[in-house]
Amino acid sequence: MLDLSKIRKDFPILHQEVNGKPLIYFDNAASTQKPKAVIDRISRYYAQEHSNIHRGVHSLSAAATEEYELARKTIQQHLNASHDHEIIFTKGTTDGINLVANGFAKSILKPGDEVLISELEHHSNIVPWQLACESSGAKLKVIPISDSGEWIMKDFYKLLSKKTKIVAVNHVSNALGTINPVNDVVDTAHRMGVPVLLDGAQAAPHMNVDVKALNCDFYVLSGHKLFGPTGVGVLYGKEEWLNKLPPYQGGGDMIKSVSFEKTEYNELPFKFEAGTPHIAGVLGMKTAIDYCNAIGFDAIAKYEHELLEYGSKKLSSIEGLTIYGTAENKASVISFLIDEIHPYDTGTILDKLGIAVRTGHHCTEPIMTRFGIPGTVRASFAFYNTKEEIDVLYEGLLRVKKMFE
Amino acid sequence: MTINDRQNELIEEFSMFDDWMEKYEYIIDLGKEVTGIADDLKTDDYLVKGCQSRVWLIPSNKSGRVYFDADSDAIITRGLVGMVTRVLSDATPKEILESDLFFVDKIGLKEHLSPTRSNGLVSMIKKIKTYALAYTAKAN
Ligand SMILES: Cc1ncc(COP(=O)(O)O)c(C=O)c1O
Repeated sequence: MLDLSKIRKDFPILHQEVNGKPLIYFDNAASTQKPKAVIDRISRYYAQEHSNIHRGVHSLSAAATEEYELARKTIQQHLNASHDHEIIFTKGTTDGINLVANGFAKSILKPGDEVLISELEHHSNIVPWQLACESSGAKLKVIPISDSGEWIMKDFYKLLSKKTKIVAVNHVSNALGTINPVNDVVDTAHRMGVPVLLDGAQAAPHMNVDVKALNCDFYVLSGHKLFGPTGVGVLYGKEEWLNKLPPYQGGGDMIKSVSFEKTEYNELPFKFEAGTPHIAGVLGMKTAIDYCNAIGFDAIAKYEHELLEYGSKKLSSIEGLTIYGTAENKASVISFLIDEIHPYDTGTILDKLGIAVRTGHHCTEPIMTRFGIPGTVRASFAFYNTKEEIDVLYEGLLRVKKMFE
Repeated sequence: MTINDRQNELIEEFSMFDDWMEKYEYIIDLGKEVTGIADDLKTDDYLVKGCQSRVWLIPSNKSGRVYFDADSDAIITRGLVGMVTRVLSDATPKEILESDLFFVDKIGLKEHLSPTRSNGLVSMIKKIKTYALAYTAKAN
């Protein structure tokens, strides 16, 4: 059991009024709120510890470097990666995917090759691959989804071929909440010798992620969706794959030696970390992960599942409400529409009631096209949300229904 | 009636309501009353790039005065664009270009004029002024 009243006290932002009503924050899939521990960590870093890393002989720099590398170690352990140099700090999920897609475009993809993604992807796991295909002459292939928002696996088996050079798919869907059968995808792809990138932006905040058990070749996530700061994220890559990819950006920190004739690149992970990184962000992200681990991701997943079941049942009881994404295995995301009411209208009234939801296409236009809808209203829960808040959402939706019908 | 007369008229209508619910119910009613635009005219030519709710706008020009029809797929937006076209229609291009839309703020709907709401309202007002400018250029 989670101690909700204690947990809620840890998140200062939750205790405010919006439009005269107590804030109910149900937009966690877009970004999560930060516990005080994270905010304090960042402020302590700037107040007492700040200095550039990996370069100074002086004590402050050495201490900052140590903290930064300790964060890498913590995240390595958290993701159960084999080596800490397999953990690359990035700006976020988007940045991580671009790093890999860019490397594939430069060193691996040839005309006639194929990149396999799915219809369930966030734009940030579509567009970088389109760019990679454009510049290399490779082709983009897409695993279609069923009415419940799940991959049609028999199509995946068919689409995977000798031409496939990488499979890049999400672990959990941001728009529909589907937890995807990634183990099956990784095993099948590996049997054909094809590497797999998993977009874990929406999985990392909700469950224990074990890259060894997943056996994926790349895993990307964002700090800000994991109760940490914005502008920072993680790319995990298997050593052999990271070594195969060329550097993404050039600059300081990523080199061993520089001359005008020839520059020698630094080893992993520094080869992919050009320039002064987001040190405060990395430390904040580490603290966020420590905070979650102290609660325990198993307990978090269990509680969020309760919220999902409760919310799905409650919202489904509203006449005319349709839930999009009805997979058996789901994270705590409910995407829905009420009759013909436009998501913008629903979202505007809910905002007036202090309830923050996301409306629109959630950066997944192909999914909306697939269902023939302009977008959805999405309520996404985190472990600091409560059933009472879902009750308020329910009442709000009844009000919306009355106003628009 | 001038543009400002029409703005004051709207402010007067809204002054009857004390709370946001009543205001929004009235906007929704206005949205339902908007004549709108026939579906076959809702083409990309007339689409104002909003983001979340789509807005269509069709201008017309009769003896030196400009008129607008507008529509949206979201009802609140439809009510809002209906109010804007009611205020700015039946005016000369010059009057439109010189107009200052104070009614949105006065009614307490300023938040909808924020570009971050991405409801297409701000883009629509810009578009109306662009049309007015084009008509002025033609007249000269
Ligand atoms: C599944 C998924 N992938 C990628 C992203 C992009 O993450 P970021 O904007 O943090 O780079 C998101 C964020 O919405 C997401 O939900």
